[in-house]
Amino acid sequence: MSKQEQHWEKTRGLLFMTLAIWFVFSIGIFLFGAEMNEVGGPFGYPLTYWFTCQGSLGIFVILIFWFANRQEKIDEEFGFSERGDD
Amino acid sequence: MIKGNFIDNLPKVYGIYTGGFLAFIIIMSIAEQMGMTAKTIGICFVAFTVAIYAIIGYLSRTAQADAYYVAGRQVPTVFNGMATAADWMSGASFVAMAGGIYFKGYGYMALLVGWTGGYVLVASLLAPYLRKFGCYTVPDFIGTRYGGNLSRFMAVVVLTVASFTYVTAQINATGTIASVALDIPFQYAVYVGLISILLCSMLGGMRGVTWTQVAQYIVLIIAYLLPVFWISNKMGAGFFPHFMLADEVARIGELEQQYGFVKNAAADLKTVPKGLAGITKAHSAVNATPWAFISLALAMMMGTASLPHVMMRYFTTPSVKAARKSVGWSLFFIFLLYSSAPMLATLSKLSLIDPSLPTGIIGKSIAEVQAIDWYQNWNQANLMFVSDFNGNGTLELNEFFMGGKAVVLATPEIAGLPYVISGLVAAGGMAAAMSTADGLILAIANAISHDVYYKIIDPKAETAKRLVVARVLLVVIGFAGATIAALEIQGILGSVIWAFDFAMSGLFFPLVLGVWWKRANKEGAVAGMFLGLVSGAAYLVWVRSGGSGFLGITQLTFGIFGSAVSLVAMVVVSLMTQAPSAATQKMVDNVRVPAGKSVI
Repeated sequence: MSKQEQHWEKTRGLLFMTLAIWFVFSIGIFLFGAEMNEVGGPFGYPLTYWFTCQGSLGIFVILIFWFANRQEKIDEEFGFSERGDD
Repeated sequence: MIKGNFIDNLPKVYGIYTGGFLAFIIIMSIAEQMGMTAKTIGICFVAFTVAIYAIIGYLSRTAQADAYYVAGRQVPTVFNGMATAADWMSGASFVAMAGGIYFKGYGYMALLVGWTGGYVLVASLLAPYLRKFGCYTVPDFIGTRYGGNLSRFMAVVVLTVASFTYVTAQINATGTIASVALDIPFQYAVYVGLISILLCSMLGGMRGVTWTQVAQYIVLIIAYLLPVFWISNKMGAGFFPHFMLADEVARIGELEQQYGFVKNAAADLKTVPKGLAGITKAHSAVNATPWAFISLALAMMMGTASLPHVMMRYFTTPSVKAARKSVGWSLFFIFLLYSSAPMLATLSKLSLIDPSLPTGIIGKSIAEVQAIDWYQNWNQANLMFVSDFNGNGTLELNEFFMGGKAVVLATPEIAGLPYVISGLVAAGGMAAAMSTADGLILAIANAISHDVYYKIIDPKAETAKRLVVARVLLVVIGFAGATIAALEIQGILGSVIWAFDFAMSGLFFPLVLGVWWKRANKEGAVAGMFLGLVSGAAYLVWVRSGGSGFLGITQLTFGIFGSAVSLVAMVVVSLMTQAPSAATQKMVDNVRVPAGKSVI
């Protein structure tokens, strides 16, 4: 396998992991919205309500930064990262 | 002080700007104490901020294609994040979102999840790759990746349909705010709004829009957060509302139990002015089926990843790496406002319906409520209404009606905040609507000038001529949007959601598969864009004209049907026709590697 194929393989792996986490917090948990809302969540809000107000939103922010850092590591590993910083 | 090394000085420049804006707010509040009228304060806020944007637009003028189309590709990560957040958050997000949450609760909050979750798709599937591609516009990517004028043209069509649906709503919103703040008729106010919008974008294109959007973000976020924190503190609900409103949310639940949701007779509801609604849905309970919630969230997420005015912001970063990080910053800045909207809805609702609070009106006598100053003001503005349906002389929960906009616009006054806050909110709403309108008009005009005029009609045109065409189109499209907005056909939010569905119907899979599926070819992409858009639009027309729909797909989520058709059409047609050429496949390989020169 060429260096580029390996790089793409890892990139795709990261994509699937990112999309899996995305799926859980944008779709998965809302399959059980009614049940989850009976449970107390952070700061005392009902759990589903908290996810729609803050939880899912905040997790998406963290997820994107995590993804960006992981992708940069992959790019560096194969010497594909860009020169210079920004 | 600013010229020369502008990019290095950005934090300083915008730091001074923010300080100046805060000083302006303080001056205005002193002026209010000294007797300046509410109307003058409103005019000062709107005129002052619009003048600043116009100056920024003028200073950013340019004669270079690179600066005009992609701001010279040198916008730093964090600032591009702010610009994208302003580009993204429309007049609807600013003025109508808290109201939607207030009235519809959980079912509506699918939009919060959808309009943020979409950025995960943007960051992981598209933005870095399109940045590496080095295109000027989204159809530029489609046209070069798949080849041929037809695919390029189809992409321009989808982009125009989606963005134009959206932009009329934004011009409408600038018109509404300008007409209230400046006290002029709506038909003229729409054009005042349009001229303000064009002042930001005409001379500097993307460069001008970028630096005004950063300025507009700062205004709109201050205008949204300051009242939320102030009201929360004034009500004694907690000094940091986001973490401290659990008791208030629970209290609303208790009151809902106590009052019950009484259904009004149809004849009674006919007497309620158009556009106003009562509280009929639980505040924090789950009041929608899982599929209703998930389908709306999914449509908004895929729509986010297909809207060209957002995507093109990531063409302006200095590198691929910066494009990825910049998506994270965009969402962070959006999060600041979106996570505050439910808190504002909670504070607003509790302050009105809790009889133990001095501002609570439910349970008071109707005559008493009708004598309150703020009730009279907002009743006159056609945003509040009470009526004694059961004739007992007391205001019940089902007898109180309000417009969605009132949650943002009226809550500060109800809570007893000074008028200066109302002026600030007007300036914030104006900034939100202007920044989105600018992004959208520019996306359409650039696609037509770059992809249709330059790439298809006259590939030999000189830069100067191209930029003249781009500017003429900007004005023409702006006026077309304003003319339609002046007709007041569709409410703000309806058309905003449709734009997402149109965009995802036609563009989501052609964009994503262009990067992630090498075998995707021209014929497949054209079929995907064409059939996706047509089937989505047909579904919308069908449901609007009384069709029952299927699988629970409504007129707000028709993009799910459109994009499914698009995916199937694209895969089937691609596999039935020839694989893309070796050169195209190599181009896709090249897009997937961040390092090295851009593809175009």
